[in-house]
Amino acid sequence: MRLFSRLFSRNRRYNDISVSVQEHIAERADELVDEGMPRITAEQQARREFGNVALVEQQSREAWQWPAVDSVVADLRFALRRLRNAPGFAVTVLLTLAVGIGASTAVFSVVNSVLLKPLPYPDSGQLVSLHLDAPGAGGLANFWSGLQLSTSMYITFDDHNKSFSSMGVWNADKANVTGLAQPEEVEVADISAGVLETLEVPAAEGRWFTSADQQPNGVKSVILSYGYWQRRFGGDRSVIGRTIQVDSLSRQIVGVMPRGFRIVDKDFDLLVPIAPDRDHQILAGFGGDGIARLKKGVSISQANADIARLIPKWMDSWSNGPGTNPHYYEVWRITPNLRPLKQMVIGNISSVLWVVMSTVGLVMLIACTNVANLLLVRAESRHQELAIRSALGAGRARIARELLLESVLLGMLGGLLSVGVAYGGLRLLIAIGPANLPRLNEISLDATSLAFTFVLAVVSGLLFGSIPALRYARGAASAVIGNADRTASTSRPRQRTRNILVVAQVAMALVLLVSALLMIRTFAALRNVEPGFADVEHIETMSLSIPDMLVTNPKAVAQMQNEILDKLAAIPGVASASYGEAVPMDQNDPNWDTISVEGKIYDGGEGPLRLFDYVAPGYFHSLGTRVIAGRDFTWDDLNNVRPSIIVSENFARQNWGTASAAIGKRIKKYSGSPWQLVVGVVEDVRVHGVDQDAPPIIYWPAMFYDRFNGLLAMGGLRTVTYVIHSNRAGTQSLLEQMQKAVWSVSPQLPLASVQTMQQIYDHSMARTSFTLVMLAIAGSMAFALSLIGIYGVISYSVSRRTREIGIRLALGAQKNMLRWMFVRSALALTATGAIIGLVAAVGLMRLMKSLLFGISPLDPFTFIAVPLILGAAAALASYLPARRAASIDPVIALRTD
Amino acid sequence: MAKNPDQRDLFPGALEIMLLQSLRHRPMHGYALAKHIKQVSNDLLQVEEGSLYPALQRMLREGWLESETGVSAKGRPTRIYRITEAGTRHLEKEVVSFERMFAGITRVLAVAKA
Repeated sequence: MRLFSRLFSRNRRYNDISVSVQEHIAERADELVDEGMPRITAEQQARREFGNVALVEQQSREAWQWPAVDSVVADLRFALRRLRNAPGFAVTVLLTLAVGIGASTAVFSVVNSVLLKPLPYPDSGQLVSLHLDAPGAGGLANFWSGLQLSTSMYITFDDHNKSFSSMGVWNADKANVTGLAQPEEVEVADISAGVLETLEVPAAEGRWFTSADQQPNGVKSVILSYGYWQRRFGGDRSVIGRTIQVDSLSRQIVGVMPRGFRIVDKDFDLLVPIAPDRDHQILAGFGGDGIARLKKGVSISQANADIARLIPKWMDSWSNGPGTNPHYYEVWRITPNLRPLKQMVIGNISSVLWVVMSTVGLVMLIACTNVANLLLVRAESRHQELAIRSALGAGRARIARELLLESVLLGMLGGLLSVGVAYGGLRLLIAIGPANLPRLNEISLDATSLAFTFVLAVVSGLLFGSIPALRYARGAASAVIGNADRTASTSRPRQRTRNILVVAQVAMALVLLVSALLMIRTFAALRNVEPGFADVEHIETMSLSIPDMLVTNPKAVAQMQNEILDKLAAIPGVASASYGEAVPMDQNDPNWDTISVEGKIYDGGEGPLRLFDYVAPGYFHSLGTRVIAGRDFTWDDLNNVRPSIIVSENFARQNWGTASAAIGKRIKKYSGSPWQLVVGVVEDVRVHGVDQDAPPIIYWPAMFYDRFNGLLAMGGLRTVTYVIHSNRAGTQSLLEQMQKAVWSVSPQLPLASVQTMQQIYDHSMARTSFTLVMLAIAGSMAFALSLIGIYGVISYSVSRRTREIGIRLALGAQKNMLRWMFVRSALALTATGAIIGLVAAVGLMRLMKSLLFGISPLDPFTFIAVPLILGAAAALASYLPARRAASIDPVIALRTD
Repeated sequence: MAKNPDQRDLFPGALEIMLLQSLRHRPMHGYALAKHIKQVSNDLLQVEEGSLYPALQRMLREGWLESETGVSAKGRPTRIYRITEAGTRHLEKEVVSFERMFAGITRVLAVAKA
């Protein structure tokens, strides 16, 4: 406050000083006149007696100044004025910096929000994911990167652990909400007791679930998410206590969670209590994600030991039914491997983000070298001025400070502009980023990001400013005042600095280009993979779920699905239609269970776990999956519940050598279940994504007997995905007709996840295409910047060496030799940079290995192509100024000074 | 201005004390202050303008003085300086420490003579 008022009162003070001094001189003059001196002489005398008025006033003013700051302000004004006088330079530098800093800030915001910031729960460092390793459980544990918890496991762990202050399990689900407006399928998180207590985020309205809500036969309750509450109830507080129909079951709303609250990584609409029946649990059913809050002072390894102790206890306490071996699961070798919850939320995205961050960082460095080069040239043109100042007594520090101040000012102005770039860039990043980017809703340009921008602006200003500052502050004192150009073409040390900068630039650009090309080759390799289905843009998919409460009888469920299928197939323009429990790459594994092949003996009595899907006839035809041997299911197979089954080609080859040998062989689930006859073999499908190997898959008919699905009755699938092959896929009119078709069978059923196979396929490539786009942008920016750098350096050296060129030409030098002289020096710089860059790339590309597919991180094609492209571009960039050099008229060249 | 060879530089703080003491007598403007000190000291001390005005500003900043708009004896607009309470306190403190210093110097000189 005092500082401000002092600043405001300054002008008044300065005025006071002048008034006093003027009066002093005038009064002394009057006195001298009174003593008889003529007025003019008296005034001169008074002035002489007083001394240097300006100096006295200046010294008096200094009482109110902070001299260091004031002289810095003066330097800043000077720097600003000089920038205004060189608008071309200023705009180039500021734009380069704005883009460089802005892009870095945007990516940093993502990295900060996703990787660095703690999860939005109180004391989130104490939260762990109850990750279980089970190497013997095959795909059941692998694909989900860990074995999920069964309800019986949760009960055992919850009752007996000594490590957690609370724990719970949850799983993602979908449910139909009816009775509000149109029937709607919503995202549900089923949560056990302990989940909300573990996450410790209080409800925004109403309350959490209580133990009464978790009673299997108690009241049915539900908690809303903030978004759903706003969307469906307009944020009405009286909603607490009302009931809604969830999967045709009345549930009372007991609470609303606050905005932004998620269960781990899940954005849900409704929270529904799991309410397990403790009296009717079996060992199996591994479908829950466990989370826990560690007690204070308990480490993850202590908790691991605690849970490891409970796994035998779990097998002792429960069973899978009479006649089954509860210790069967020893084959799975279940071991707790708890992880911080944050790691679980972030998943495998961190490698992508770090690669993108370092990429952008490199681009920023390249931008800085370009700016440093521009500043060097600019400082060169001030050479004489600086030499004169140094001769007049300006110290090295004083000159260095001025040069640095100018570059930091540029950095700050660039930083200011970059905020706009960062804001736009961030929106672009979020738009093109993988849709499954975790914590997407937490990404924002917050104070940390702005602080990052500020630091980056200052540091980059110091970085690119220090090079000219060091050069000139050192050189200025010994500099000769006079025209150096008369005697020398160009001063060697300065040209060397610029050359080093260009070499560094080329090296960095090469690293970026190599990584970008590797990504392009990865993408191409992925596109070339046969995913096991075809004609993706003409396949529409749509999910449908028939709740228990709407249709109880499993047979009636099957009838209803088939009726809907008939209506869908009858839509004009639909070539074929069918359904299955899952479609490839929809991130849904319908089931994993053991499969035994007839005639084989397995350790532990049961065969290994295999991925199951349940499909209707025509499913393979509609997806374009080829039948390699045998035949597809027929409706006859399904309606008569014939024990038939279809397997994937790799399963057939593993077990019987060839696809055709599989036909007629028999497999079954457990020792007690009926044999199934293999009627067909279909091609392998990469159901987990193009970059994942196709797992062996067992295809069951959509209607079948299953010993464990209640009594020996034909089971229908409650949740299926329809596959509709049509030229009209993806159109609004087809969607409307599909809706009409479904509602003509049951108006209570919502359509969910309507998307074409193309969308599903693209989604599975999202991570790769995101990395590709980012690296391609960064790579081309780096490419362009380093070409500008090469062009600039050659062009500048041509302009400095005009006189020398003139002499050479006058002495008879050949024009093409002159051109070659300049192109050769550019190529020498590029080659040096390329070699350094190649060495760095060999080291760095190993870090990208996890992002590549189908090519080696040391792909020879890439490592040869990139230097060649760079070399060709460098030759071109230097040819333009070289041509200008050769066209110089020697007479004019020698006349210039 | 030509310096009288009999005059010598003031030691630090001396100018401030004299200015404060003069202003304690009555508020004055800059020229009057310079003249006052010269007269009172019988021309032995002359305040240089180059020191006077910066010193006045420093003392204003310290809060020992206040300035106000006024007119000189000849009717010209100028600034009149007036001692504040803080200025008076500072002056008294400084005078005590000066007197102790003079006493010390005098004694040392007396011993040296003897």
